[in-house]
Amino acid sequence: MELICPAGTPAALRSAIDAGADAVYCGFNDETNARNFPGLNFSRDELRKGIAFAHGRGARILVAINTFPRASSVALWQRAVDDAVAAGADALIVADIGLMDYVAKRHPGQRLHVSVQAAAANPDAIAFYVGTFGARRVVLPRVLSVAEIAEITRETTCETEVFVFGGLCVMAEGRCSLSSYATGKSPNMQGVCSPASHVAYEDTVRGTTSRLGGFTINRFAPQEAAGYPTLCKGRFSTAHGDGYIFEDPVSLDATTLLTGLKSAGVAALKIEGRQRGRAYIESVVRHFRRALDTLEQGREADIVSLKPFTEGQATTLGAYRKTWR
Amino acid sequence: MQLSLGPVLYNWAPERWRDFYVRIADEAPVDVVSVGEIVCSKRSPFFAEHLPEVIERLQRAGKQVLLGSLILVSLRRERRQTEELCATEDALVEVNDLTCLRSITGRPHAIGPYVNIYNETSAAFHVRQGAARICLPPELPISSAGVIAAAVPQAVIEIFAFGRVPLAISARCYHARLHKLSKDNCRFVCEKDPDGLALKTLDQQEFLTINGVQTLSHACTNLVGDIGALREAGIGSLRLSPQDCDMVDVVRTFRDVLDGHEDAEGASRRLSDLYPGVAFANGFLRGQPGFSFV
Repeated sequence: MELICPAGTPAALRSAIDAGADAVYCGFNDETNARNFPGLNFSRDELRKGIAFAHGRGARILVAINTFPRASSVALWQRAVDDAVAAGADALIVADIGLMDYVAKRHPGQRLHVSVQAAAANPDAIAFYVGTFGARRVVLPRVLSVAEIAEITRETTCETEVFVFGGLCVMAEGRCSLSSYATGKSPNMQGVCSPASHVAYEDTVRGTTSRLGGFTINRFAPQEAAGYPTLCKGRFSTAHGDGYIFEDPVSLDATTLLTGLKSAGVAALKIEGRQRGRAYIESVVRHFRRALDTLEQGREADIVSLKPFTEGQATTLGAYRKTWR
Repeated sequence: MQLSLGPVLYNWAPERWRDFYVRIADEAPVDVVSVGEIVCSKRSPFFAEHLPEVIERLQRAGKQVLLGSLILVSLRRERRQTEELCATEDALVEVNDLTCLRSITGRPHAIGPYVNIYNETSAAFHVRQGAARICLPPELPISSAGVIAAAVPQAVIEIFAFGRVPLAISARCYHARLHKLSKDNCRFVCEKDPDGLALKTLDQQEFLTINGVQTLSHACTNLVGDIGALREAGIGSLRLSPQDCDMVDVVRTFRDVLDGHEDAEGASRRLSDLYPGVAFANGFLRGQPGFSFV
């Protein structure tokens, strides 16, 4: 299985490759990619250099152009496609159907991956992307169990890629407007979720309150560590009590499921976190490189704790183990 | 401009569901009605026995009927159900997930608000595949909707204009999770909340609504004050999404505004009376946070 690692900066790209990434995914420094954070991502020139660096070491670069183009500005996204192809990108990761159509028609030889934001959650949806645009790989949403991943991979003619580590969306990706409901900024349109520009913390004697767009997302006791107010990982109140209604503030860590994912026929494993620093990239990539190498040698993966690198320092197997059902 | 009634999103008792549509057929001045269980496949069998009658009643009353597809399709039986739906000749299918496209491409269909169409090239793609109606994603601003409507004049472009806004869909059922049940053994606890389950902040501020695997806004979309701008933008239809209130009167209120018998202010007052205690919102349309009312 291929190990696909994130890079938000040229330095992170080099770190990921040195740490053993088979491929690195990254995006341009504008709203065409779904991690559009200040100071992050690549200029055209940085991408060209990054691709040269990767190819010199036998690694590949996948360019994520995976937000949904704004009406009347579609040309900006099409230009991103043209520039990534010209720079020698090994694959484009695309979510918007109009943009996929553009890639297929304008650059028919270009390898196309269906972004997780396209929410292709079953073999029929995937077959549509493969049949219509010649997609070569689909990134599966984090809402499936390993058994379902195996079934999809069996029935699908293109490769499948799954997330194994990092931030965990509990909602179907690419189909969530919670962030824009509270802040006006959404993953699909602006490439941001629960953006820092709309976050506020308030300290009182009762502890720290975190807010997003004016809505209280969580409250922490004075001795409790105050986490980032990602909307779906907040504590809320219903008639049935207070708590983490959607999901606890946890990250995905599927290290223990690698054997299962391999027998499921998954082609590539993806680490989330283009917004994370080099220390995260190096440690997490090294961990998975070692685990994968061990697995390839026919031994069980050794489990080293990645907890320091996870949200709330707690991990989950998400939907992969069937507990959501 | 047309008025369309979206599908019932909540788990209503089957008889109540049937009676609701009979009354819509008999009394509501609405042009298009989308029916079918689109949120949770486990609920579908309850409505299935009434569906043929409901479709017939609505069609005999002169309404165009759309059959909505499931929003999130993952299980084998959900795929089969979706495929059967796409094969139907009884009415136009409203595609809520691209799963349908494989089999429906080339035949006329409608696209629901759960399919990501954010720009004119995507809209044009879907129209080439046979989309005759497109209800745009609720978070889309009017500036984008206008560009899309101008680019595909042959399709009816629809905007979500009344009701709590669907914001997210998940593989996890939050009703079951709240009741400490598994999704497979949920005992259909969502039926206790025919207008969804209120989710507030820890400061007791109204925020969201839980509906099984779906999360909606607390605030109720109200675009009566935006109808002039929507007309100018070339929008051909307004979608009214059923809440636990007198939807026939909600439809009449919008119809009165469209016909010039009521102004926006009076209409908003009527809507507040019909659906009391719920804040209005139109922020998405104006490129503002969705909860806001500008």
